[in-house]
Amino acid sequence: MLIPSRDNGFIHPNASDITPRAAYEGRRDLLKLMATGAAGAALAGWAGREALAQSASAGKLAALPGAKSTVAGAQTMEKLTDYKDASTYNNFYEFGTDKADPAKNAHTLVTKPWTVEVEGLVKKPGKYGIEDLIKLSAQEERIYRLRCVEGWSMVIPWVGYSLAELIKKVEPQGNAKYVEFVTLADPKTMPFVGSRVLSWPYAEGLRMDEAMHPLTLLAFGMYGEVLPNQNGAPVRLVVPWKYGFKSAKSIVKIRFVEKEPSTAWNKAAANEYGFYSNVNPTVDHPRWSQATERRIGDGSGLFAKRTKTLMFNGYEQQVGQLYAGMDLKKLY
Amino acid sequence: MKKLLLHKAAKPLLFLLCLLPFAWLVFGAFTNGLGANPAEYLIRATGDWTLRFICIVLAVTPLRTLTNTPQLARFRRMLGLFAYFYVVVHLLSYSWFDMGFEVGDIAKDIAKRPFILVGFSGFLLLTPLAATSFNRAIKALGAKRWQTLHKLVYVIAGLGLLHFFWMRAGKNNFAEVFVYAAIIAVLLGWRLWRFVGQKRKNRQSATAGSRVQLSKP
Repeated sequence: MLIPSRDNGFIHPNASDITPRAAYEGRRDLLKLMATGAAGAALAGWAGREALAQSASAGKLAALPGAKSTVAGAQTMEKLTDYKDASTYNNFYEFGTDKADPAKNAHTLVTKPWTVEVEGLVKKPGKYGIEDLIKLSAQEERIYRLRCVEGWSMVIPWVGYSLAELIKKVEPQGNAKYVEFVTLADPKTMPFVGSRVLSWPYAEGLRMDEAMHPLTLLAFGMYGEVLPNQNGAPVRLVVPWKYGFKSAKSIVKIRFVEKEPSTAWNKAAANEYGFYSNVNPTVDHPRWSQATERRIGDGSGLFAKRTKTLMFNGYEQQVGQLYAGMDLKKLY
Repeated sequence: MKKLLLHKAAKPLLFLLCLLPFAWLVFGAFTNGLGANPAEYLIRATGDWTLRFICIVLAVTPLRTLTNTPQLARFRRMLGLFAYFYVVVHLLSYSWFDMGFEVGDIAKDIAKRPFILVGFSGFLLLTPLAATSFNRAIKALGAKRWQTLHKLVYVIAGLGLLHFFWMRAGKNNFAEVFVYAAIIAVLLGWRLWRFVGQKRKNRQSATAGSRVQLSKP
């Protein structure tokens, strides 16, 4: 007789008892088939939603594993956004203003070779090939909430390292107070560069202490793979406590400056998009409320209720002190 | 062609055709086919179809006159009612999927986003038109008054366009708005041009008549 004990964790079933991966995935395929199959198979559709939502990565791009991050706040336990949704619902105006445009158009982006130039007020300026930049520090997986200024949000497992690692290497000078991020603007590969919506290249910026914060991520991948083009390949910024547009995509220049740099959306509409753009449910966008958000791709679909937006997107504990004493209604 | 338009299956067939976009959306909603943000997709698609049906219904009279096909007139009311059907679904989708039927939230949202007020006014104005689309209403109102009331559709088309324009203004993305604006401008412009032409003709025949009278004594 088998007496269960504390060591039971080490009693493994026979290999033959384990459901082979192919078999359980096959069952999911069946569900998916039911979901996409005959018209009127409405119930199967709802069942299939769940199945689809659990297949995280697309498995199409090169793997980029990251060790579990130990940075405080970098491991939210919320349900991940389906990879398909995270890679087909994007704001990347260089490839079109519709959410579906980047996934359709970004295949033209050339990410190899790619150079990131570090310049301005640093002791060690230089040009980094993307291969060297990836190896500059150990890759970590960080699961962040992403809140778009438009009122929707996702939960995405990024792969990258703290921007601070790069900043320490290039040794900023004492008068470097801000970091400016300039992104690619190549009209040959980016069909909407030149459209009147924004001024190109798209530029963003952070105050030095924001840039040095461990949560500020220089990301090279998501869902265990390199970034898809439409999500800002080959290297982007992710600043989880700020509205998504602060996290510049496809970065080609990182510049250290003394004065607050001008940023793309601020130039387009200064009364709507401030330099800080911290997620803040108490400061509305002039044209809509920021109190709630719609979570995208968590499987609950059409009938999901909007959820309350959290101060600093839920990262108040980690970043609140950066803004102590600042009037966030004025410096939005 | 004209015989086909008078065929007794023509109306039911058109009815089904007009229902097709709705059926497609319902199917998509139940099969996860509306993309990452199904609520947004539904709201936008039903808005698009409202605008499209307004264009279609406004095109009936010019088409009927220019091609000399009076048979087309029998479809006009149904097309107009479909515009109303889609705007009702549009409004319901917004109230339900975006606002969870919270009246307070909707009121706040309208105050925050004036383009919603414009759209809502369009819906309010369209309601009496839909409510008077049966024969007895026409009789009760009298054809003349009924026609005057239904001229409101010109204002409604303008409000719908403004609603769409304002919504797209956030992204400076007006390409699609201009397409609808151009179509509506042509359809309303044609009416204006005919109206002015008619007036001139009336004035000419009036002066011609007075000349005849003058020559009499």
